Amino acid sequence: MIAQLDATVARPEIAWDGLLPILTLGIGALLLVLFRSLMKQLPKAAADQAVPVIGGLTVIAMWVVGGFAGTDVPLAGLRNDLGDPLFFLGLLIVIGLASWFAQYLRLSVDAALTVMIGLTSLAATWGVWTDRYEVDGAFGLVGDQLGADGFSLVITGVIAGAIVLVALLLDDYLEREGMAGAEMYVLMLFSGAGGAVMASANDLIVLFLALETLSIAVYVMAAMHMRRSESQEAGLKYFVLGAFSSAFLLYGIALTYGAVGSTNLIVIADFLEQNRLVENGLLMAGMAMLLVGLGFKVAAAPFHAWTPDVYQGAPTPVVAFMASAVKAAGFAALVRVFVTTFADHADDWQPAVYGLAILTLVVGSFMAIVQRDAKRMLAYSSISHGGFILVGVQAASDEGISSVLFYAVAYTFLVIGSFGVLSIVSGEGDRGTSLDHLDGLSTRRPALALALTVFLLAQAGVPLTSGFVAKFAVIGAAVEARSYWLAIAAMVTAVVSAFLYLRIILSMYLGQAEDDAPTIRVPRAAGLAIIVALVITVGFGLVPGELDDITRDAVPVLIAAG
Amino acid sequence: MILAELALTPPYYLVLSALMFAIGATGLLIRRNPLVMFMCVELMLNGVNISFVAFGADLNDVGGQISVFFVLVVAAVEVVVGLALVVAINRRRADATADDVSLLRG
Repeated sequence: MIAQLDATVARPEIAWDGLLPILTLGIGALLLVLFRSLMKQLPKAAADQAVPVIGGLTVIAMWVVGGFAGTDVPLAGLRNDLGDPLFFLGLLIVIGLASWFAQYLRLSVDAALTVMIGLTSLAATWGVWTDRYEVDGAFGLVGDQLGADGFSLVITGVIAGAIVLVALLLDDYLEREGMAGAEMYVLMLFSGAGGAVMASANDLIVLFLALETLSIAVYVMAAMHMRRSESQEAGLKYFVLGAFSSAFLLYGIALTYGAVGSTNLIVIADFLEQNRLVENGLLMAGMAMLLVGLGFKVAAAPFHAWTPDVYQGAPTPVVAFMASAVKAAGFAALVRVFVTTFADHADDWQPAVYGLAILTLVVGSFMAIVQRDAKRMLAYSSISHGGFILVGVQAASDEGISSVLFYAVAYTFLVIGSFGVLSIVSGEGDRGTSLDHLDGLSTRRPALALALTVFLLAQAGVPLTSGFVAKFAVIGAAVEARSYWLAIAAMVTAVVSAFLYLRIILSMYLGQAEDDAPTIRVPRAAGLAIIVALVITVGFGLVPGELDDITRDAVPVLIAAG
Repeated sequence: MILAELALTPPYYLVLSALMFAIGATGLLIRRNPLVMFMCVELMLNGVNISFVAFGADLNDVGGQISVFFVLVVAAVEVVVGLALVVAINRRRADATADDVSLLRG
């Protein structure tokens, strides 16, 4: 043992540029919490001035960080670029527009900074994708511990996008509930950084640490509403079941380590390729435990019991984040561990995922129908969407992976939009989440009702929306993999859950609002988030080609640095 | 000779670890006091730690022992957050058990 410790260890290669999307989120969160702990209360005048300045800085940060992530020699052409009067003028105009827009949205300083960090991370992801990944292919980041491939980059982009939209939703929510402050944003950024690491992890221990970073921040976010008992109850439930599932995941890691001799996914995949472990009890148990642990995180039945309670109790914008970014990161881990690493043992885990997928689809869609609370309904509907994504995972093919990615991207924006509308409609204290509160929304707020209708139709999988293309891709992958019964189950449950979405739409359009129903105020920032989600939902429905190309390029690979 | 026969081999540690994990999991499911539930989570995680060390020793690989440090840190962090949640709930209602926090039913 001692001799082993004496051996010189090669210094890991750290590709800083490839790490930038993750670093931006993590360092941004640290700077934000540092800034807010030093300056708890900005002077009123400074706060007013700060927001447009942050708007302008966002453009510069995106330009600079995106450039660093993209090219080997950052800002080499800076003097030339700025010397070009057209470019210079264009940059000034864009900065000016961004400043004006930030002012127009009436964002708080914290929300504006979070949006800036999210957009910068998005720009960095874009830079890595276009200039590194599309040119050189996948590359390792920190030794063999992290890898930047198309898959991790798409998920990182999804998480960064979710952070931006949820920050826009949170801004007014926190103001309304008297919780204004930077804590929620900081936790969300940390959680997002954890999710991005989870999507690019090449080692089971790194994956576990990232999952904990992601989850622990979200436990606190769920319990953040100190004056609502439901919120604290949601936080405690989520925490206990989350810790329970983490322990299962960890036991799975330990057993896999015992069977294979390493926690590194690259080594595991190599080992399994060269050695046929037939009916190896340790490995089987390890895979089962890993599946249970990750199944909890992505709310696959029968490990879904926490979802409705937590979604109902937690603050609505936080639920939007849980259903989008957290779920996307969970599925990223599931795909990387099972489809990519355990590829040679697909025969062993495919039946288990098959069963989970059918159960999740059935439980999600049937339980959703009997709910009276819109948030619980959407919670069960998010379980059934998880089932659809599992159908893509079960295919265990490149087709399947790209359909999983497409679904994850499409669903992220769908669900943020849906919960965004609910967050606005439910009013102070999140009280109005029952279905009755949506009655007659079409007369009170036609635009909101229309937006929610589009989101719900997309969730049901109506053509011309991203939801349809996503469902089509997933079911196509299942048919390709000859899982016909699974494909049929997916289609049948899609019809069943369509009933649920139509029920909500009917109550919005045909229900009568009570006369004393409170007027609904649509804050500008949240409105913008909903519009963005709407444009993406309809856009990817009408022109799915672009996203389809991206998800096809984004097959995960296990790559060793150097 | 007798000592050699008594030497503990990895399977003993693995059985111990599985037992600890099972006791923790059962405790988490049947106990109603949040504090005891956190202890059970600790028990599960430390059961896994024994597995890591046993496998690490068996494979003659330091990776298993290094993993334990990470797990210890994560366990500590989880307890910090969990206790904070319990304190926040107890401020509103004294001596809360998991059965008392049951507003959310469907």
